[in-house]
Amino acid sequence: MSLIEFKVGASGVQNVPFSVLRADDTADPALMPDIPESDLRALYRTMVLTRAFDARMFTLQRQGRLGFYLACTGEEAATVGSAYALKPEDWVFPCYREQGCYLWRGVTVQEMAHQCYGNALDHTKGRQMPVHYSFRAQNIVSISSPLAVQLPQAVGTAWAAKLRHDPIVTLTYFGEGSTSEGDFHVGLNFAGVYKTPTIFFLRNNGWAISTPREVQTASENFAMKAAAYGFEGVLVDGNDILAVIAATQDAVEKARNGGGPTLIEAVTYRVGSHSTSDDPSAYRNEADVKVWEEKDPVQRFQRYLAKRGIWTPEWEAELQAAVKAEVDEAVQNAEKAAAPTPETLFDDVFAEMPAFLQEQRAELLDSLKETR
Amino acid sequence: MPTMNIIQAVNDALKIQMRQDDRVVVLGEDVGKFGGVFRATSGLQEEFGQERVVDTPLSEAGIIGTSIGMALYGMRPVPEIQFADFIYPAFDHIVNELAKYRYRSGGQYTCPVVIRTPYGGGIKGGHYHSQSNESYWVHTPGLKVVIPSNPYDAKGLLLSAMRQDDPVVFMEPKRVYRAAKGDVPEGDYTIEIGKAKVVREGRQVTLIAYGSMLHTAVEAAKKAEAEGIDVEVIDLRSLVPLDIDTVIGSVEKTGRCVIVQEAPKTGGFAAELIALINEKALLSLEAPVVRVTGWDTPFPYTLDLEYLPSPERVLQGLRKVVNF
Repeated sequence: MSLIEFKVGASGVQNVPFSVLRADDTADPALMPDIPESDLRALYRTMVLTRAFDARMFTLQRQGRLGFYLACTGEEAATVGSAYALKPEDWVFPCYREQGCYLWRGVTVQEMAHQCYGNALDHTKGRQMPVHYSFRAQNIVSISSPLAVQLPQAVGTAWAAKLRHDPIVTLTYFGEGSTSEGDFHVGLNFAGVYKTPTIFFLRNNGWAISTPREVQTASENFAMKAAAYGFEGVLVDGNDILAVIAATQDAVEKARNGGGPTLIEAVTYRVGSHSTSDDPSAYRNEADVKVWEEKDPVQRFQRYLAKRGIWTPEWEAELQAAVKAEVDEAVQNAEKAAAPTPETLFDDVFAEMPAFLQEQRAELLDSLKETR
Repeated sequence: MPTMNIIQAVNDALKIQMRQDDRVVVLGEDVGKFGGVFRATSGLQEEFGQERVVDTPLSEAGIIGTSIGMALYGMRPVPEIQFADFIYPAFDHIVNELAKYRYRSGGQYTCPVVIRTPYGGGIKGGHYHSQSNESYWVHTPGLKVVIPSNPYDAKGLLLSAMRQDDPVVFMEPKRVYRAAKGDVPEGDYTIEIGKAKVVREGRQVTLIAYGSMLHTAVEAAKKAEAEGIDVEVIDLRSLVPLDIDTVIGSVEKTGRCVIVQEAPKTGGFAAELIALINEKALLSLEAPVVRVTGWDTPFPYTLDLEYLPSPERVLQGLRKVVNF
């Protein structure tokens, strides 16, 4: 069933990431997943849109127009490619650096911009920091700042679907730093015990703010940890979108057919900072970053598409213009939209507002009347 | 009408709800084959199978974390945390995730999870089997906190908890798990969450308690009666939402109030009640409100009865407010 033959190191551990794209920018025909040309174009467009949105939001924060932002630059292949392997009815439990996934699943940059601005049109009603999205229509759950809490939750949803005999899978994203949290162990352990249809998608981007990967684990890699929980772990080139798609499709098919969970370690790199509050020049060598910029996932995919005659400079110009217009409009609308009204502060704490919250709401509104 | 203890009443409520609603899943440590260390889930796995009554790995974070995931998908999990003292590994899941899911998703997602957990001292359980940690949950917006004192309330409140859409921490007074017996109707009935009960009417002092301390309060009220002190006893039944109207109505009538809580004194629920009484009924008071509480020490093994509010200590409190 599996296309993937893993390259095993001397220790018996797979230590060479699975890849489909070759050094000459062609795909290994034996490993190439079946992707229609229209999808290849859409995947590339989503990667470009993700990068453009990230770049704009980052700039807006630097200009003082946005409170905070967190880009996924360099990790577009990992998040767009893994999302491609899912069906709309599947559920996603994000970490907080998976913009590519949301856009692939049909979330618009407009919805994302509204959330980042915390305005009245934001689905989360201005209650969470920028990038802490929640998209019910796309089965994307609410993003938490505490790390790895989403892993047991993703297992719970997969477990519930299994009990209901619904053929869905859950996919949860997290970084390599999250593997040090207790909830990483908890999530993988429950998934293994109950054989839930869960894909643990680990973006190993090398850094947890300033803490390098070596400080998180003494293991040879992260994928091998799955063995301890009784299921398969695979190591994938996270900057090769075709490899990410192939590996995730394999894991999804296995999960959907009752084969249980998989841990996918996508090896990638956080080319930018952790967030707008971070300055990576304080702790890492810019020469290392250069190496990874040369492995840029968008560029690699572009060169592959060019070889196949799908990508042309004319299409790129068209695409960049369209993406810029889309982001421009989203930002303009988000900046224009009103803030949530003060009375909404008390909504959604409970299903029905109890008397004590009604009282506090009245107190706030009275106090605002007096101060205005 | 059959006589039941609290464990039997909880068990009865779970069975009734599981028969009616196939979304209800019970999960926890030793809850399945064994039926729970206190036997509250006894017979459930036999009736509903291993898929709906699940023995989990030994992980409170996993029990609550996966319950959240199940609830997001539309299930109605009723996890058991074996002792309230062991709930802390799940603290982040309860406080940051479960309680806030509705709010932080802008109302897109809900998490109707009912966490059952035995709490409280007086069973020679030492520090790790005796704590009353209700203040943490009360201080967490988004959680309902329900604490029954008797079998009738336990059944009716648990059925209500499992039928509403908010997360609930349902704390069961294990000291009186078997000792508190009473008539419990067969079949289905609910008790509204957020309604206190006046268990004994009186004119001179309002005595407020909940959970196992309700029994201590009633005993103290009887002793006080012998001394000619006429005590009104209120069982709060739920702390969030709180039936403040019943509390204030009684304090306005009596002008005097004693509050019993077995949790440590500082930052406890009694302090919140005093603040509310001061805000809403200060001018009705004839004496400062008195708290009778556990001490600000870890829960002790040998000196547990010295730690816990006793009927005598409550009686001393009653005398103090009457003789002020």
